[in-house]
Amino acid sequence: MTSKTVLHAKHLEAGAKMVDFHGWEMPINYGSQIEEHNAVRTDAGMFDVSHMTIVDIQGEQAQAFLRKLVANDVAKLTVPSKALYTGMLNEEGGVIDDLIIYFFSETNYRLVVNSATREKDLAHLAKVSADFAVTVTERPEFAMIAVQGPNARAKTATVLNAEQQAAVEGMKPFFGVQAGDLFIATTGYTGEDGYEIVVPNDQAADLWQQLLDAGVAPAGLGARDTLRLEAGMNLYGLDMDESVSPLAANMAWTIAWEPEDRKFIGREVLEQQRADKSTDKLVGLVLEEKGVLRSGLKVIVEGGEGVITSGTFSPTLGHSVALARVPRSTGETAQVEMRKKLVNVKVVKPCFVRNGKSVI
Amino acid sequence: MSNIPSELKYATSHEWVRDEGDGTFTVGITEHAQELLGDMVFVELPEVGDEVDAGEDCAVAESVKAASDIYAPIGGEIVAINEELEDSPETVNNDPYTDGWLFRIKASDTSELDNLLDAEGYANTIDED
Repeated sequence: MTSKTVLHAKHLEAGAKMVDFHGWEMPINYGSQIEEHNAVRTDAGMFDVSHMTIVDIQGEQAQAFLRKLVANDVAKLTVPSKALYTGMLNEEGGVIDDLIIYFFSETNYRLVVNSATREKDLAHLAKVSADFAVTVTERPEFAMIAVQGPNARAKTATVLNAEQQAAVEGMKPFFGVQAGDLFIATTGYTGEDGYEIVVPNDQAADLWQQLLDAGVAPAGLGARDTLRLEAGMNLYGLDMDESVSPLAANMAWTIAWEPEDRKFIGREVLEQQRADKSTDKLVGLVLEEKGVLRSGLKVIVEGGEGVITSGTFSPTLGHSVALARVPRSTGETAQVEMRKKLVNVKVVKPCFVRNGKSVI
Repeated sequence: MSNIPSELKYATSHEWVRDEGDGTFTVGITEHAQELLGDMVFVELPEVGDEVDAGEDCAVAESVKAASDIYAPIGGEIVAINEELEDSPETVNNDPYTDGWLFRIKASDTSELDNLLDAEGYANTIDED
């Protein structure tokens, strides 16, 4: 039994090819994945991300609970509406999920977690929150539309009322505000400017249509994957999971080591891994010749081997790029075993494109 | 329902074959195949002068989704390849039966054509997919 978002009919209307995505019937593309990708890089595209799970955390101990729950430190959030990206770890230091936390006050936060991990996330939240004076409330009454691209803000502005426009005017990246019925955040998963908009279910189809009329191109999960990969953003389940340390997933920057007495879940294991330098690392791979690097392929480096966690053809760059988990000793080149032969690839930082331009 | 021109012959592995009337046969992939593969990003073709056997993998169509072998529907010598695909692999998506052709074979044994399907036969195989 697959679930459908409230925008399902709008996808069919736009000619979407639908696929099963972890139990959700979602659009993979509306004709051409590459054209949708390019629309986001050069203009504005929108994604239905209503399958993602929104959870509100409220109560006297909301801050204390989240300081235990996640590796980043919500105490760093002092300006209301500011957001934080973090991993939620298990006791072994593996990643249960990655999420964004929006801060409203020390007693009021919003979490957006992945859809494929919804059940285990909710179970984990229930378990850890039992020791704190907080309420954990899933918000299935909301849909979510991500509008991304250099013209995303301008095109979205045309469908907002004056009050909403004023609320988001000049908003810096990684903030989220309630504006009338909409919660509008300057977050995303593409490496472009834009918004993620949380909208009540019964208004979602109208908002989608208004955005469509404003010239925002619908984009499917296929384009979402190539965009996030070019931007060097991890996909849970491929680039990290419960068996992978955030230190091996380019998530060291999301771990708040200070203050030392904050005992977040997984901290002890991570401290040991950090001291021992015992984990692999996540790097970017660039293939300049023909062919496409794909998830699961073996990566051969001096003195060891690793694996491609995500790979794709990069429409922006015109060749293939990948994220790979490799030994720490990995230098500037590697070889990948592809279709029975070894090809040479360059090893780079795991980020390829930002704001429409190559950063390799 | 995919477009399956009635004047062409088909292999179950989703290649089409067009008789050029001079002993050569043009080969491409069907509309159904390009729909399955999604946006094409690279097409690797054989070289002119290569000898291929029927059923031999001789080209690769690489899409955003997967790399897929293309099999020679009949044996013979490769006499032409579609060099335009080097710069415009998306032509295979846009015009699979015309400008998106892959290569042309000079048949070594035209009786091999009898092993291929007609449009109706091919339509039946993809219905079963």
